[in-house]
Amino acid sequence: MKYSDKVIDHFNNPRNVGSLDKNSARVGTGIVGAPECGDVMKLQIEVDNDGRIVDAKFKTFGCGSAIAASSLATEWLKGRTVEQATGLRNTDIASELSLPPVKIHCSVLAEDAVKAAIEDWKRKNGRSDSGPQPQPAGQEASQTP
Amino acid sequence: MNVKLPIYMDHNATTPVDPRVLEAMMPYLTSDFGNAASRSHEFGWKAEAAVEQAREQIAGLINAQAKDIVFTSGATESDNLALKGVAWMYRAKGNHIITCLTEHKAVLDTCKRLEEAGFEVTFLTPDRYGQVSAEQVETAITDKTILISLMAANNETGTMHPLEAIGQAARRRAVLYHSDATQAVGKVPIDVEAMNLDLVSISAHKMYGPKGVGALYVRRSGPRVRLVPQMDGGGHERGMRSGTLNVPGIVGLGAAADICRREMAQEAPRLTALRDRLQQGVMSQLDRVSLNGHPTQRLPDTVNLSFAYVEGEALMLKTKDVAVSSGSACTSASLEPSHVLRAMGVGDELAHGSIRFSLGRSTTADEVDFTVEHVVRAVRELRQLSPLYELAQDK
Repeated sequence: MKYSDKVIDHFNNPRNVGSLDKNSARVGTGIVGAPECGDVMKLQIEVDNDGRIVDAKFKTFGCGSAIAASSLATEWLKGRTVEQATGLRNTDIASELSLPPVKIHCSVLAEDAVKAAIEDWKRKNGRSDSGPQPQPAGQEASQTP
Repeated sequence: MNVKLPIYMDHNATTPVDPRVLEAMMPYLTSDFGNAASRSHEFGWKAEAAVEQAREQIAGLINAQAKDIVFTSGATESDNLALKGVAWMYRAKGNHIITCLTEHKAVLDTCKRLEEAGFEVTFLTPDRYGQVSAEQVETAITDKTILISLMAANNETGTMHPLEAIGQAARRRAVLYHSDATQAVGKVPIDVEAMNLDLVSISAHKMYGPKGVGALYVRRSGPRVRLVPQMDGGGHERGMRSGTLNVPGIVGLGAAADICRREMAQEAPRLTALRDRLQQGVMSQLDRVSLNGHPTQRLPDTVNLSFAYVEGEALMLKTKDVAVSSGSACTSASLEPSHVLRAMGVGDELAHGSIRFSLGRSTTADEVDFTVEHVVRAVRELRQLSPLYELAQDK
């Protein structure tokens, strides 16, 4: 597969590799894909009290473009609000990385991982199915780093 | 370490033309350009003599008679000619063909085409090493069986079927026996008499000859195999394959076969040692690596390894200084993982993480060591990135 320079750059120097504490109420974790399909993405966000994503981490089992797509997604998430992050579309990732048509599913997977992470964070904070609110609920001091 | 990058570890895909082969071919591309079917002048006679010499050389490699060699455009055509040619010639006798799930697409897709035309095909499931047994083949034979088609060695894993035992069963039951020996010919001994083979597909570019030329061995006596030609035309090659002969290509195939025949006894053990050095080098430094293929009944040049928690295409991208191939879906046009590994019972997750290393005439110990070092490093890096590895460590 011939990849764009941007895919190669993210693949060779992946941003934000790692894991956040999945038990923290500030952290939302999304795991999407399946090993049998050759793609599993774990993407995590850490959200502060203002609903802003202060950190994002990923680990990906998959091809070069899957790794690049998740790396790029974490880069974009950092510093954005959860509301802004909800608007992230796979087409943004695909066009930024110039993904070939057979690799579009990697960008879809990255979007799904972001959505799943946001959902997890909302669920932990009692916000499922609701729009963004100014203050996250249910925060406990012991869970704040 | 003295190596020139990138390193070619994909000889089962194709091989470079050996300089000695090219030298043999050159006159037939330039001065001796005649048509081997021109009976009336020197140009034609020279070309014909060269073709007949090549026929002898190929026959010499597989212990066949020169007249039993039919030239084709390559192994895919040879497989098509063997299967369709036998099927249509012997359909009054029966409509059943036996093959294996791990065959190359040139055989599998030809069988599927014949199924559409009303033939019945048994696709045998191999064991976990990719082998079928003679008993398994014999059990599948019915009074309608007209052909058994089993590859000599698998292109992805290098696993070799017990050809000789299967040949005895085929002969005992009077069923024609074809082998796609594309990967085996020139690397390991193939003997059409000892193995009771009736049809054998051969390709030049897998054994340091040029692309676009191959051959089909068609036994002429004991039993005499007859085929319905797949191309109509001038009646070349005993009427089995019409079309002006590719003289330079055929000369190249002959020269390549001759070199393999002379050098196999030295080259096979050399490659086996390098193959094992690669396999042991990687497996001694990494956990959760599995060999796909038979531990010993395998081509001297092939190592197919699955690296758990790592995807094959990503691994190839990380080790871009080493040219290999993968059973990962991400590398195939079909987006399906290797049908060969699936048939052997390898899970899709491990099939996605499989890499085939295939060594060749130019491979050195330094190249093997470089490959081991780079693959080990790349797998470690990718595992640090892998959520599956993390999960496994947590357990």
